[in-house]
Amino acid sequence: MSAPFQRHRLTPWVLMAPQLGIVLVFFFWPALQAIEQAFYVEDAFGLSREFAGLANFKAVLSDPTYYQALGTTLVFSLAVALGAMSIALLLAVMADRVIRGARVYRTLLVWPYAVAPAVAGVLWLFLFDPTLGLISSLLGNMGIDWDHKLNGAQALALVIMASVWKQMSYNFVFFLAALQALPKSLLEAAAIDRAGPWRRFWTITFPLLSPTSFFLLVMNSVYAFFETFGTIDTVTSGGPGGATTTLVYKVYQDGFVGQDMGSSAAQSVLLMALVGGLTWFQFRYVERKVQY
Amino acid sequence: MQRAFLLTSLGITLALGGYASSAQANTGITWWHAMGGALGDKVEQIAADFNASQDTYTVKPVFKGNYSETMTSAIAAFRADKGPDIVQIYEVGTATMMGAKGAIVPVYQLMEATDVEFDPQAYLPAVTGYYTDPDGNMLSLPFNSSTPVTYYNRKRLEQAGVEEVPHTWQALGDALEKIVDSGAASCGLTTTWPSWVMLENYSAINDVPFASQANGFEGTDARLQFNSTPAVDHIERLTQWQEDGRFAYGGRFDDAAPKFYSGECALMMGSSASYANIKENADFDFGVAPLPYDADVVEKPNNSIIGGASLWVLDGLDDAHRQGVAEFFEYLSSPEVQADWHQYSGYLPITQAAADLTRKQGFYADHPGTDVAIKQITAGEPTENSKGLRLGNMVQIRDVINGELEEIFSGDVGAQEGLDEAVSRGNALLEKFESAHQ
Repeated sequence: MSAPFQRHRLTPWVLMAPQLGIVLVFFFWPALQAIEQAFYVEDAFGLSREFAGLANFKAVLSDPTYYQALGTTLVFSLAVALGAMSIALLLAVMADRVIRGARVYRTLLVWPYAVAPAVAGVLWLFLFDPTLGLISSLLGNMGIDWDHKLNGAQALALVIMASVWKQMSYNFVFFLAALQALPKSLLEAAAIDRAGPWRRFWTITFPLLSPTSFFLLVMNSVYAFFETFGTIDTVTSGGPGGATTTLVYKVYQDGFVGQDMGSSAAQSVLLMALVGGLTWFQFRYVERKVQY
Repeated sequence: MQRAFLLTSLGITLALGGYASSAQANTGITWWHAMGGALGDKVEQIAADFNASQDTYTVKPVFKGNYSETMTSAIAAFRADKGPDIVQIYEVGTATMMGAKGAIVPVYQLMEATDVEFDPQAYLPAVTGYYTDPDGNMLSLPFNSSTPVTYYNRKRLEQAGVEEVPHTWQALGDALEKIVDSGAASCGLTTTWPSWVMLENYSAINDVPFASQANGFEGTDARLQFNSTPAVDHIERLTQWQEDGRFAYGGRFDDAAPKFYSGECALMMGSSASYANIKENADFDFGVAPLPYDADVVEKPNNSIIGGASLWVLDGLDDAHRQGVAEFFEYLSSPEVQADWHQYSGYLPITQAAADLTRKQGFYADHPGTDVAIKQITAGEPTENSKGLRLGNMVQIRDVINGELEEIFSGDVGAQEGLDEAVSRGNALLEKFESAHQ
C-alpha cells in the first residue's frame, strides 16, 4: 500500500462497516445457526430439542434421493454455466461488431437480467405449457410430444433454458466490456499476418478473455447452485418424480415445506461445503490457466 | 415530580387492571390465513361482519401466503413468542399440529373453558372426523373443506353419445373409450391433486386401508399400505389409459385444470371448491358427478374424504383472547355464515344446519351439481378407511407419492414397483415422525 493511505488505519474499516455488518448478520450468523441446527433433532415448534450427533448427516447421506438431487444439480449447473457463458460470448462477439444501433442491441440483450427468477420461470412456463403453450404446440406440429409434467428430461431442459436465458445477460455485459478493452493492435497485427477471424478469435481474443471467463465461471456456478431456486419452484416444483430437484430445492422442500429442520440444516451444511470446495478447486486448478 | 410519578403508576395500574378483566377494552384477535384472491376478500368480510356484530373483540385476518408459507410463518412466530391467536393449517399439516402438545389449545377444551355454546353433534362427522382425536373430541375447527368430484363437459359427452357419467370405474372406462374413439375429445379424463384423488380418496371410497392403524388415527406407528392389490390395479388401469388417451396426467396441485378448460379432456376429477373457477374459465356447459367406485372391490361406495384446511388455536392466550376466539368460532359455525361461505366458495358446509339452510334457500336447485359433494361425503357412516388420514410428515409423503405416480404414468417404472417405492420412502418419513413424537 502506498504511503498516503497508511495513516488512515480506521477509515477503511469505517467505510466497509455497513457491508461487513450485512454479511455478518445475513450470512455468517445464519450459517453458524445452520451448523448448530444440523447436530440436533427438533420438532417443528421447537418444543423438544435433542442432540443427535451425526445422525442427521448419516440420514441424509444414506438417502438415495439425496444422491439423485446431487446428480441433477451437477448436470444442471454444468449445463447452465456452460450454456449461459457460451451463448453470452457469442452474442457479445456479435454485438461488439455491430456499429449501427449498437446501443439498442445491448439494451435488449441486458434486459432479461432485470427479470426476477420467478417471473422468468412463469414466462417460460407459459411458452411451454403442454396445453396452452405456444412453443409446445409448435413442437407438437413437428411431431415432438412436449409434456414436461411427465417427462423428466424435458422438465430439466426447460429449467435449464429458463436459467440460461436469465443469466445470459449478466455474462454478456462482462464479455462485451472485456472485448472492448482488448488491445486492437494485437488483432490488427494478426490480421496483417493473414489470420482469419476464426483463428484470431481462438488464438488471441479467447485467451485474452480468460480472466473474465474465469470470474464468470465462478459466478455462474454459484448462480446455478443457489439462485435458480425461484425458476425451479415456479416451473416444475422439483418434479416430475424429482427430476428437477436440485440440492438447494431439496433443502427448501425438507426444511420449509416438510418442517424437518435437522435434515434441512445438515443438507445446507453439506451444500456449503460442496460449493466452498468447488470454488477452491476452481481457484486452485482452473485459475492456473488464466492469463492476466 | 413525585406526584406525577404516582399518577402515572396509578394510570398504569388501572390500565393493566382493565386489560385483565377486559370487560370494556376491545380485544384484538389475529387470524393468519392462506386464502388469496376472492376467497381472501370473503375472509375479510366474515371478520368485518363479526366485528360489527359485537364490540368486545376485533378479529384481524392477515393473509400469509400459501398453505405451507402460512404454516411455516406461524411456527416461526410461535417460536419467537409472536404467534397469531388463530392460524389456518391445511389438512396434511394436521398430524404435525396435533403432535405439538403445548403449542396448541384443542378447540373442545377452549370451548369448555369459555362456556360458549358448543354442540359437537351439530357438525358433519365426515368433515370434523378429520380433525378429532380418537375419543371424538374436536381439536381444530374445520374451515374450508372440500372433497373431489367429477366435472364433465356436456358437449363432449353428447358428441360421443355418452348419456351420463358412469358410477363405476369399469363403466367409466367404456365411456372414455367412446369419447376418445369418436374423436369427441383427444383426452378422456384428467385429474388435479393426483395423490389425493387417485389414491387417498380411491382407498376411502372403496373401503381399503391407505395406512395401518385406521389410517393413522389409532397411533403414530401407522405404516402405508396402498401398495396392495386394489390400489395397484387402479394405478395400473390409469397407466394403460394414459397410453391410449383415455387419461392424461396434468401435473400436481391444480395444474391439470387447463386441460379441462380448453376442452382437451372431457372429464376432470377435482376439488368441489373448484366449481367457481371452472364456471369462470370454461366457456361450455359443464356438469358435476360423484367420483366413481370400483365395482370389483365394493358393492356400495363409502363416503369420500376431505381436503382443505382447519383453524387451530395457538397456546399462550389470556382469558380475554380465549373468550374472543371461542365466540368467533361460534359465529363462524352459525348456519347463516356457513351457508354463505359454502355457496360463495364451493367449500363444504361444516354443519348439517348450514346444508339444510342452503337447500331451503333453493341454492342447490338453482345451481345443479353443487350438492354432489355434500351427498358424497355424507354417504353412510364413515368407516375406519374413510374417516380420513392422520399421518405425520404427510406433506412430504404426498410429494413422494406424486413423484412416484409421475414415474409410473410416464412408463419409467411399473405400478407395483412405483407404489412399493412410494410406500417404503413414505414409511421412512413416518418412522421419523414417530421417533420424534414419543
